[in-house]
Amino acid sequence: MTPSRFHPASAPDYLPLAQMRQLQLDRLRGVVERAAGHVELFRARLEQRGLTPADIRGLEDIARLPFTVKTDLRDTYPFGLFASPMQEVVRLHASSGTTGKPIVVAYTQEDLDVWTNVMVRSLASCGIHRGDIVQNAYGYGLFTGGLGAHYGAEALGATVIPISGGNTERQIMVMKDFKVTAICCTPSYFIHLLERAGELGVDVRELPLRAGVFGAEPWTDSMRRHIETAGGIRAFDIYGLSEIIGPGVAVECCAQNGLHIFEDHFYPEIVDPETGEPLAEGCEGELVITTLSKQAMPMIRYRTRDITALIPETCACGRTLRRMRRISRRTDDMIILRGINVFPSQIESALLAVEGTLPHYQIVLTRDKGLDQLEVLVEVTPEVFSDQIGALEKLHDKLTFALDHTLGLRVGVRLVRPQTIRRSEGKAQRVIDRRNG
Amino acid sequence: MKIHQLSLFLENQPGQMIEPCRALARAGINIRTLSLADTRQFGILRLIVSDWQNAAVLLENAGYVVNVTEVVAIEVGDEPGALANLMAVFENSAINIEYMYAFPFGRQDRAVLIFRFDQPDAAIARLQAAGINVVDSVDVYNKVS
Repeated sequence: MTPSRFHPASAPDYLPLAQMRQLQLDRLRGVVERAAGHVELFRARLEQRGLTPADIRGLEDIARLPFTVKTDLRDTYPFGLFASPMQEVVRLHASSGTTGKPIVVAYTQEDLDVWTNVMVRSLASCGIHRGDIVQNAYGYGLFTGGLGAHYGAEALGATVIPISGGNTERQIMVMKDFKVTAICCTPSYFIHLLERAGELGVDVRELPLRAGVFGAEPWTDSMRRHIETAGGIRAFDIYGLSEIIGPGVAVECCAQNGLHIFEDHFYPEIVDPETGEPLAEGCEGELVITTLSKQAMPMIRYRTRDITALIPETCACGRTLRRMRRISRRTDDMIILRGINVFPSQIESALLAVEGTLPHYQIVLTRDKGLDQLEVLVEVTPEVFSDQIGALEKLHDKLTFALDHTLGLRVGVRLVRPQTIRRSEGKAQRVIDRRNG
Repeated sequence: MKIHQLSLFLENQPGQMIEPCRALARAGINIRTLSLADTRQFGILRLIVSDWQNAAVLLENAGYVVNVTEVVAIEVGDEPGALANLMAVFENSAINIEYMYAFPFGRQDRAVLIFRFDQPDAAIARLQAAGINVVDSVDVYNKVS
C-alpha cells in the first residue's frame, strides 16, 4: 500500500494487539452494562444466570453471557430490543422476512457514524479511494446494503452513483459512460450483469472498472475466479448482517485471503453450532458476534448462523485485525435430504469442477412417495452445447457423477435452456423447496 | 462442399417446438429439412434453413443455444439399392457417420441425404473419387423447382 492511499479512518486496522484487547474489554463492559440497563430480555437472561455486568472482568468472560438469536428479534417485534428511546433513534432498517414479520434494526447518530467508519475502512481495504467512481448497485431502502455502502463511499471521498439494484441495461450504460471504476452489489447480480453486457456487445474487461465489492450472499472462490477473469477486475468479499450493523462487519484486503473483522466494534467468537460451546481458534463453527459500541440495539453474542473459522496467522497486508475464512455456508442454508446434510455450496463446487459449467443453477426439492428428491437444474451454455446427443449425455453424466461424489448421495441433474432460471437482482434464490404442499 | 446446419437445445416437454418454428416463420426463413433427436430429458433440433446466418442470430436472440455444424449433403437416386451403393464408398474406411437424415429434393426421383461425418473432408474426397454428387450449399438452401 502506498502511504498516499492510506485513509486515516483505517488506523484501528493496525492497532497493536494488547491495545486492541484492552479497547475491546472496555467496550464489552460498556455494552453489557447498556443492554442490562435498557433491554428487558437481556436483563432477565442475565438474572437467570445469576450474572451482573460486573462479572465481566476479562474478555474470556464473554462466554458466560447468554446468546441472542434471530427469533429474539422476531419475538420482540418491532422495537423490543431497543436500548435507546425513539428520540435518539435516527434510522430504522428491516430485513425482508421470508416468513411472517420482518426484523427491525435501529441506529442512533453515533451508530450511523460507526457504520460509515467501518464502510470507509472496508472500501479502503479493497483499494478504493478518493477519485474512484463507485456504482452502488445494492438495493436502497429497508435493506442495509444500499445506504451502508452509499454513506461509506461518500465519506471516503469517492464519487457515488446511487443507482440501486435492477435495470441491468441502464447499469451497463452508466458503467460505461460514467467511467465507473468500482462496483458494489451481490456477486450473483454482477455475474448477471456480465452476461447481459456480453449480449449487448459490451466487454466489461475493456472498461475502467477495476474493483468489485461483493456481499450479502455466500459465494465461492470459483465464482471469484470467474468474475475476475470475465470482468477484468479484482473481486473482494464483504460481510455483514443487519442485526449487527449491515455491510462492513468484515472485509477482504489486497491479500484476498480471509476477511478482516472490524473487531474494535464487532467482537467475534466461533462456537459449535449444535452445543453452543466456544471452539478453539482455527476450528470451523458458527460465527457469534457481540457489538461492542452499538447504542440503539446492542447485540450480545448474536448467533449469525454463518459457518466459518478464525485464521490465527497474521495477514500479509499488515492489518492486526483478526481474519475469518470466507463464509461458504450457513446453518440455515442446510438442506436435510433423506437424513443427510447438504449445503448449496457443495453443489456449486461440484458443478464448477466440471469443465465449462458457469454457475447458473437451481436446486429443486420435491417429495415423491414420501421420499425427498433433489434435482439440480443446470443451464446449457454455448460453450458446452453440441449437436451430438452423446456429448450432452456425457456432460450430464459428468455433472451427475461430480454431485454424487461430492454429496455422497444420488441426486438428479437436469440440463435446461439458457436464461430459463430466473435471475435475481438481489440475493440469488438457489433453492426451491416444494416438499411441503 | 459442406453446408451449415443449426442445432438447438430443447427440453423434452410439450410446447418446445413451436417457439423456434414461429421465430423462423416471422423472419420468412424456410426450413428445408430437419431432424429431431431425443433423449428422456432433452432434445436436439437440427435444421437446414434457407438463411442460416440470420436464423442463428434470431434464434440466439430468442434465448436458444445454437450450434453451427458443417454437414455434407449427398444426392442419391430415389430407388432400391441407392443408399447401399453410397455406403459402399465408406466400406473399409475409418470414417464414421455420427448421424444422418434424408429429404426429397424436389427433383424427380432424387433424394438428398444429410451426413454428419467425424472426418468430413476425408468423406468428401472419397465421394468425389467415386463420382457421387456432393450437393452444393446453394442447391440445398434454396428451393429447386
